[in-house]
Amino acid sequence: MIDVAHLTLAHYVGLGAILFCISVAGIFINRKNVIVLLMAIELMLLAVNMNFVAFSRFLGDVSGQIFVFFILTVAAAESAIGLAILVVLFRNRATINVGELDSMKG
Amino acid sequence: MSLDSTILLIIAIAPLVGAVVAGLFGKQIGRVGAHSVTIAGVALSCALSFYVLYQMLWGGAGTYNQDVYTWLQAGSLQMHVGFLVDRLSAMMMVVVTFVSLMVHVYTIGYMADDDGYQRFFSYIALFTFSMLMLVMSNNFLQLFFGWEAVGLVSYLLIGFWFKKPSAIFANLKAFLVNRVGDFGFLLGIAGVLYFFHTLDYKTVFDHSDALTGKTLELFSGHPWSAATVICLCLFVGAMGKSAQVPLHVWLPDSMEGPTPISALIHAATMVTAGIFMVARMSPLFELSDTALSVVLVIGATTAFFTGLIGIVQNDIKRVVAYSTLSQLGYMTTALGASAYSAAIFHLMTHAFFKALLFLGAGSVIIAMHHEQDMRYMGGLRRYMPITWITAWIGTLALTGAPGFAGFFSKDAIIEAVHESQRWGSGYAYWCVLLGVFVTALYSFRLLYLTFHGRERFVVEHGVQGHHDHHHHEPGHLAHAPHESPLVVTLPLILLAIPSVVIGAIAVGSMLHGDFFGEAIRVAHEGDGRHEFSGWLATMMEGFAGAPFIFAFLGFLVATYVYLINPAISDRIKRALHPVWSLLDHKYWFDEAYQAIFARGSLLLGRGLWKGGDVGVIDNVLIDGSAAVVGRTAAMVRQVQSGYLYTYAFAMILGLVGLLGGLWFVMHQ
Repeated sequence: MIDVAHLTLAHYVGLGAILFCISVAGIFINRKNVIVLLMAIELMLLAVNMNFVAFSRFLGDVSGQIFVFFILTVAAAESAIGLAILVVLFRNRATINVGELDSMKG
Repeated sequence: MSLDSTILLIIAIAPLVGAVVAGLFGKQIGRVGAHSVTIAGVALSCALSFYVLYQMLWGGAGTYNQDVYTWLQAGSLQMHVGFLVDRLSAMMMVVVTFVSLMVHVYTIGYMADDDGYQRFFSYIALFTFSMLMLVMSNNFLQLFFGWEAVGLVSYLLIGFWFKKPSAIFANLKAFLVNRVGDFGFLLGIAGVLYFFHTLDYKTVFDHSDALTGKTLELFSGHPWSAATVICLCLFVGAMGKSAQVPLHVWLPDSMEGPTPISALIHAATMVTAGIFMVARMSPLFELSDTALSVVLVIGATTAFFTGLIGIVQNDIKRVVAYSTLSQLGYMTTALGASAYSAAIFHLMTHAFFKALLFLGAGSVIIAMHHEQDMRYMGGLRRYMPITWITAWIGTLALTGAPGFAGFFSKDAIIEAVHESQRWGSGYAYWCVLLGVFVTALYSFRLLYLTFHGRERFVVEHGVQGHHDHHHHEPGHLAHAPHESPLVVTLPLILLAIPSVVIGAIAVGSMLHGDFFGEAIRVAHEGDGRHEFSGWLATMMEGFAGAPFIFAFLGFLVATYVYLINPAISDRIKRALHPVWSLLDHKYWFDEAYQAIFARGSLLLGRGLWKGGDVGVIDNVLIDGSAAVVGRTAAMVRQVQSGYLYTYAFAMILGLVGLLGGLWFVMHQ
């Protein structure tokens, strides 16, 4: 039973950290799908947003919450571009398998 | 009165001007222009040299010692070009320029058909300049300059016919052997500079006593007398230049060059530079008995053993070359016995009669169409009477027939060695005494084989297609030999005159008088200074002396073996085959040097090439460093997996590391 009134800053920041770790793990462990990669990046941004909102609320400064809007906008644009690149990549390579995308190998 | 420096400058520079003009503008001025300008230059310096000698002897001129030009200054060390002209150098100047002039004139005839005519004249004029710089020098550096310059010209002239492989081999050999000597010489000069802090003759000689008691520790714990070390080093230089055993091997091979330079450079002047140098350094050499003993023993060894080789040689020029070696040995022996004036006296007489003999040999070679093998000569006296007579005069002077030039000088040397108390003088005495017998033997052998006896060549009359006389069978001539032109015979005659009389003229003042004055210093003047009652009396005494008996014996043996009963020489050769073979191979010096030094340096070079260059530098340093870079890169590139997640992980790690580091630093 969680008492919402007793949630402290640590909880929110902890949530942000967990989200961040999940997204990092998503980037590393995921060997299959580029779409999952994009999703993990979005998740990372959300973790940042969570921190912004939490600190904004606890410090009584609204500008943090305004930042979140910007970030969400940029994230939307970014995922649109990311998906577009993904489509083009698929047309060229006929795969979105991360394991096969190794043309940067030295 | 004293000498004018302008005259001395002209003496030195005139041949240089001739050399430069003939060398650089040889094409423009042509053959006649080339020999005219060089002969004019040498004749001018010859005339002025005679004038200088005259002024020194009768004009009352004192020693001239002055710097004329400061070449460079390095700290406290000043290097000058300067002249020291005393009677010693004045005499050398006369000998050098006179013989040089004779050789210049002779060359007109000898080199008449050669393509390198102008080049040759340029070289010999340049030689005259270098030699004059050497003998007129007043400091060690200029001496060294002249020393190297004559060596250079010698190298150029031995290889004058540079298309002949044997000539190239010979000049390289001469150059390399002389480097060994020059190395010692340079060390000696360095030693002088180290102890005296100057290179000026006069200062060094005036303070030569400062060297007594000084020691030099070449190997720790073994102090050596500084005077001995310096003198031995200087003498190594003299051994190279004056071809003393064991650095003598270059001189016989130098006969590959044209005959005029054999006469000028490799008999009369350049090879005597070592003798002159030691005589000039007499104040230093007198400080070291050890060094003089070495000089004595080496000179005596050279005098006797190289003379022996002369007996078995068949090439006319080589016989004379070995004779030169042997006579240089006599001079060196005299130096070792502290008889410097006798050595210089012999140097002078030898310059005249040996130049005469060489030029005579050259005249024979012209007549024989460049055949030099005496086995295909004989009976030439009918064809070339002037050459024949002058050769007799030269031979008599060389063998020391009483009255001729060589007699006085050689007798003086033998006498001095006999009286010397120095270590090794007993050995030296027997060497020089037996050397007289050997000298007579090879000299008269040469004379008989060349000018007397049966004609051993065939004259092919009217055979066409035999004009190319360089490629015919030995002993076959296209034309009968005939006497050489006047430009060849005139120098022979002019050299024959001093070969006869110079000994009788000079013996009084040079050996018994005070000719050299302060130029030569002897520490312990022997009290055995002989009563001198004129050259005639000396000559008469000579008939009773041991050297004359030995020489006469040599003459008799040579006459019997080579003139009366020629068949016996082959029998002797067979009977004494081991000895003959030893002499024919010149004691295997060449083979030994070839095997040890030439092969050794070749092996060393090959070792350095294969091991050092290819092995270490190419394989390890160059290819090796490339391989290390390649292998390291191959290892490191495994990190570049190409997968996005690896890069991202690296970024995260980096970020964590950075932030961690920052945090660590901030909380320090």
